[in-house]
Amino acid sequence: MPDAMHDALHAAPHATPHRDEHTGTTTTGHEWDGIRELNTPLPRWWLYTFYACIAFAALWVVLYPALPFTGTGLLGYTARGAADADRAAQATAAEPMLARLRAASPDEILADADLRGYAVAGGRVAFANTCAGCHGAGGQGNPGFPNLADDEWLWGGSLAAVERTIRHGIRAPDDEETRTSMMPRFVADGLLTSAQANDVAEHVLSLTDRATDKAAAGRGAAVFAENCASCHGERGEGNREMGAPRLSDQVWLYGGDKATILRIVSYGRGGAMPAWERRLDPATIRMLTVYVQSLGGTEPAAQ
Amino acid sequence: MPEGLTTQTLLYSGAVTRPRAQPDYVEAPLRAFAIATIFWGIAGFLVGVLIAAQLAYPALNFGLEYTSFGRVRPLHTSAVIFAFGGNALFLTSLYVVQRTCRARLFGGEETAWFLFWGYQFFIAIAATGYLLGITQGKEYAEPEWYADLWLTVLWVSYLVVYGGTILRREEPHIYVANWFFLAFIITVAVLHLGNNVSIPVSLFGAKSYGAASGVQDAMIQWWYGHNAVGFFLTAGFLGMMYYFVPKQAERPVYSYRLSIVHFWALTFLYIWAGPHHLHHTALPDWAQTLGMVFSIMLWMPSWGGMINGLMTLSGAWDKLRTDPGLRFSVASLGFYGIATFEGPVMSIRAVNSLSHYTDWTIGHVHSGALGWNGFITFGVLYWLVPRLWGRTQLWSTRMASWHFWIATLGILLYITSMWVSGIMQGLMWRAYDHLGFLQYAFVETVAALHPYYVIRALGGVLYLTGALLMAYNLWRTVRMPVAEAVADRTVNALPAAA
Repeated sequence: MPDAMHDALHAAPHATPHRDEHTGTTTTGHEWDGIRELNTPLPRWWLYTFYACIAFAALWVVLYPALPFTGTGLLGYTARGAADADRAAQATAAEPMLARLRAASPDEILADADLRGYAVAGGRVAFANTCAGCHGAGGQGNPGFPNLADDEWLWGGSLAAVERTIRHGIRAPDDEETRTSMMPRFVADGLLTSAQANDVAEHVLSLTDRATDKAAAGRGAAVFAENCASCHGERGEGNREMGAPRLSDQVWLYGGDKATILRIVSYGRGGAMPAWERRLDPATIRMLTVYVQSLGGTEPAAQ
Repeated sequence: MPEGLTTQTLLYSGAVTRPRAQPDYVEAPLRAFAIATIFWGIAGFLVGVLIAAQLAYPALNFGLEYTSFGRVRPLHTSAVIFAFGGNALFLTSLYVVQRTCRARLFGGEETAWFLFWGYQFFIAIAATGYLLGITQGKEYAEPEWYADLWLTVLWVSYLVVYGGTILRREEPHIYVANWFFLAFIITVAVLHLGNNVSIPVSLFGAKSYGAASGVQDAMIQWWYGHNAVGFFLTAGFLGMMYYFVPKQAERPVYSYRLSIVHFWALTFLYIWAGPHHLHHTALPDWAQTLGMVFSIMLWMPSWGGMINGLMTLSGAWDKLRTDPGLRFSVASLGFYGIATFEGPVMSIRAVNSLSHYTDWTIGHVHSGALGWNGFITFGVLYWLVPRLWGRTQLWSTRMASWHFWIATLGILLYITSMWVSGIMQGLMWRAYDHLGFLQYAFVETVAALHPYYVIRALGGVLYLTGALLMAYNLWRTVRMPVAEAVADRTVNALPAAA
């Protein structure tokens, strides 16, 4: 006879304890759809661990803020206080180098190996967290976002010019000193006809010997002289005061094919960069300037 | 059997049928719930594999808003919790309450069909909303007001059906599984109402705004969110465990006293633990600490369920060799134990400062979801589906065994990769170099996760593969001619449902 059946046949009547043969423990006497429950006491280790957890909780409630309107607990802990203490400790440790950094000009930083290494290390992380999203992880740029590692600079490539751009941004709506000039929408605003725009685009292509229609390029020269040269220069050499790109080289911010040029002539362009002075401290901005210099593209101040 | 004993002699072995008259149990809608559980499980796992792959290879967002991670991720969480888990809970609670009360379901077959189709309708309107970008933006409570109202109607009906069956019970006492199912149904109702107080912008528009805002809204959300885990995924599934593990093991429950103490401790303590989701936020310090200490106190009450389940196998451990369904149930209790130890550890503020916002949290959730909720459901399905369709054995015990090992390997890949990536991520975020600067930029911490994301996706593929094997196996089981099943019953015979 199977054990289960044996047990069942010799079981006490309903609601009277029944002994489980395997464990020797009685059951509660109840049964539901064939399921019984043993009368096993609570495991001791379970009970005492539960008590220990409750004791730990009680202790914690006394030591730390854990009840409304009762202050900060015996240890006087607050999360904000702990964070402030961490930040203060970090700031104190960093202060000697930061003070030297703030006191030095970018050129002086470059001349001092310690300061330069410090600024590049701090600038690297700041660049990756704030700049790389648009300018690329190595400052290599993206369409519409200038390459910072080459020799082509829209608004100037000296350390002072780069630092000014970082502080005040480009066409940043919340900064008085930001750079504001922008490419007009020649066709959209009725300043040029579509035919004129086509001619001038051909002329721009001809500056790099890529015109597809010599006659149109010829006609475009006059349109260019009248509408474009004031910013981009008579030979398309560009103008950093206006942030007007050089059109006579192979570096293109948005693309150098005819369709892209025609689109820009027609609808204008005006990329924006935030004024980081509002979000980063002066030391970080200086470190960013030095870091950008380390990417290889900046120019001496004299130039 | 000797006359006089038979009427009151009760067997915990289901192998021997009981002499007392058995009510005409409602079963057809339960078969539908079983099919829905398997269907939504596979759908939810598939979407999980997709979003895991998207995290490793962002091109798999396909550039479409409908398939972007932000919309598909809530589709996955809701599909596995509410569609797969919810249908499993309807299935098991309505099966268990009838048998342990020895009473036909209150409201009969028609009401059970209403619950079935009503719940599938809720899933459909919630899921289509996600894909169309309609969301309240509350985790695990994304459906907008119209879906919430419908779920309220349905859930009250569920409570009436369930409670009504208990009231008409023929047994003097309410079995422990039913306490857990009742706690699940009632608390989920309270949570759902509390977290979805909102005002629609217009009667014919999907958008609504919540009544609370700011940190109060966050606190209500995580009171809800944590107890969705505590009552939907824990209390409800413990209800399953308390019926099906003794049935599979054919052994009495280990300790009645433990079941009472851990039930009330769990129910009382869980509801306070939500603030541990908001450590180091604008939530007042005292609320954070309170959430933490209640989470610590939850450790043993949670383990009470694990102990009661595992120790029920005392005297039946040998069955693990032959019954893959029981193996799933036992492994699920192991994963439940891991997850409910890890949870209190992660709730400690200092630990949380490392783990919060990292993949460690994702790994933790999945050791509970894949290991505990998934595995116990698979164990139940292997036991229950043959019985619901009048079969006496599985089509292939071997295939169920393969399912077990493939899925276990999948879980191990998933949780270990998330432990490594999560802890690495947390350490990288807080690493400073010798000059006092952050060691890593955020994007570098993201790039470092890639290999672990690939391993995680592979774990998901294995888990999904196992579920597909189960679906095929159960389909063949149901399609198996009854005669053949009976002829072979000596080989892998399952005890009949009592």
